[in-house]
Amino acid sequence: MAYSEKLLEHYENPRNVGSLDKNADDVGTGLVGAPACGDVMKLQIRVNEQGVIEDAKFKTFGCGSAIASSSLATEWIKGKSLDEAEQIKNSQIAQHLALPPVKIHCSILAEDAIKAAVADYRAKHAKKDESASQAAQ
Amino acid sequence: MSTVANRTMTPERPIGEKGDNRPKMPIYLDYQATTPCDPRVVEAMLPYFTEKFGNPHSRNHQYGWEAEDAVETARKQIASIIGADEREVIFTSGATESNNLALKGVAHFYKDRKNHLITVVTEHKCVLDSARHLEEEGFEVAYLPVRQDGLVDLERLKNAITDKTLLVSVMAANNEIGVIQPLAQIGEICRSRGVLFHTDAAQAVGKIPLDVKAMKIDLMSISGHKIYGPKGIGALYVGRKPRVRLQALITGGGQERGMRSGTLPTPLCVGLGAACAIAEKEMGAEAERLRMLRDRFYAAIKQRLPEVFLNGDLEQRLPGNLNLSFAYVEGEGLMMGIKDLCVSSGSACTSASLEPSYVLRALGVEEELAHTSLRIGFGRFTTEQDVDYAVEHIVGAVNRLRELSPLWEMAQEGVDIKSIQWTGH
Repeated sequence: MAYSEKLLEHYENPRNVGSLDKNADDVGTGLVGAPACGDVMKLQIRVNEQGVIEDAKFKTFGCGSAIASSSLATEWIKGKSLDEAEQIKNSQIAQHLALPPVKIHCSILAEDAIKAAVADYRAKHAKKDESASQAAQ
Repeated sequence: MSTVANRTMTPERPIGEKGDNRPKMPIYLDYQATTPCDPRVVEAMLPYFTEKFGNPHSRNHQYGWEAEDAVETARKQIASIIGADEREVIFTSGATESNNLALKGVAHFYKDRKNHLITVVTEHKCVLDSARHLEEEGFEVAYLPVRQDGLVDLERLKNAITDKTLLVSVMAANNEIGVIQPLAQIGEICRSRGVLFHTDAAQAVGKIPLDVKAMKIDLMSISGHKIYGPKGIGALYVGRKPRVRLQALITGGGQERGMRSGTLPTPLCVGLGAACAIAEKEMGAEAERLRMLRDRFYAAIKQRLPEVFLNGDLEQRLPGNLNLSFAYVEGEGLMMGIKDLCVSSGSACTSASLEPSYVLRALGVEEELAHTSLRIGFGRFTTEQDVDYAVEHIVGAVNRLRELSPLWEMAQEGVDIKSIQWTGH
């Protein structure tokens, strides 16, 4: 498969590879895909008090397109607010990397990974807010 | 033995442009996909393009006679390597055509009396698709499963044969996992039940000893480009004792005893013949050399990487073939990381249909391991340096990708991956 230079660049030098502590309060973790499908992405975000994503890390089991899509995703979401991160569309990822049609689903998985990480963070804080307001009563 | 080993296609490893000591041409380790022509084969073919270019069926002049001689010599060479009589060998455009002719040609001839065929789930697509085509015409086909080691269960074969069975088709050696089927035993079973036995021997001819009489084989498909011969030529062995009849797929001037019309491509026939002659002479020594290279590679990989699994039986296997699953690392991603090596993968990501290898699935290999598989094929021009370089390169890439892999991370942490509820897609 003839991949674009940008895609190859991400594959050779992936950004933000690694893990954050999934039990930490300020971390949201998204785990999407399935080993049986040949595609698994784990994407984590560290969010500050202002609701801005300070740091992002990823790990991916998948083809070159999957690795590049998730690497790009972490690059894009750093410095964005949670709402802004949720706006990122798979088509933007696919276009930036010039993904061939048969690989578009990799970009969809990356979009899902972002949303899952954000949702996980929000869920953690919804619980906290709930227990805080209960305590206050 | 020495002449073959020295005859490398890329002799010295030239230094890369940036002076970084990397070879310019990638190392070819995909010999099951295709093989380069042996230079001796090309040499044999050349005169028949511009000098001795006659039509072998031209009966009345020297150009024709010379071409005919060359074709008949080639026919003898092909017959010799499989233990057949030269009248039992017909030329085709390749193993795909041979398989089509064997299945459809035989089925159509015998259809009034028998309408049942038996084949195996791990066959090449041209056999499976021809069988499916026959099913649409009203034939019944049984697709036998294989064991975990890739071998056919002979009891199941015996039980599948009915009095309507006309043909059993089992490939001699599998293209993905290199596994060799017990041909003599299958032949014995079929002959005793009055059923024809066809084998797709594209990957096996010239690599393992074959004897159609001793193995009671009635039809055999042969491929030129799998044995260092040219692409675009193959052959079909059609037994005469007992006589196998078939209906031609390609009709016309009645060449090849009416079984396959068309002007024979003299240079290609010569090439296939020469390839067979070379293979017959060098098969023993070459098999030993390939086994040595293969074992050297596999031992080194196993020593340096944990969680690597072999797909298919190690002993009943083509000497130069390996099919390995590197757990937690996806195949296409891995191949991108070993750009200097040419191999292939059973991962879904490498197929146009996004389905993982059906052969690996038939072995019972779990999907996630199927996605991590690489097929590596050593061949006549593979050197020890190639093998050592490949080991370094693959070990490096697997380690790098395992660092990137969430599944590897989970496995290291002791998480049971099977217990997780995956979102899937």
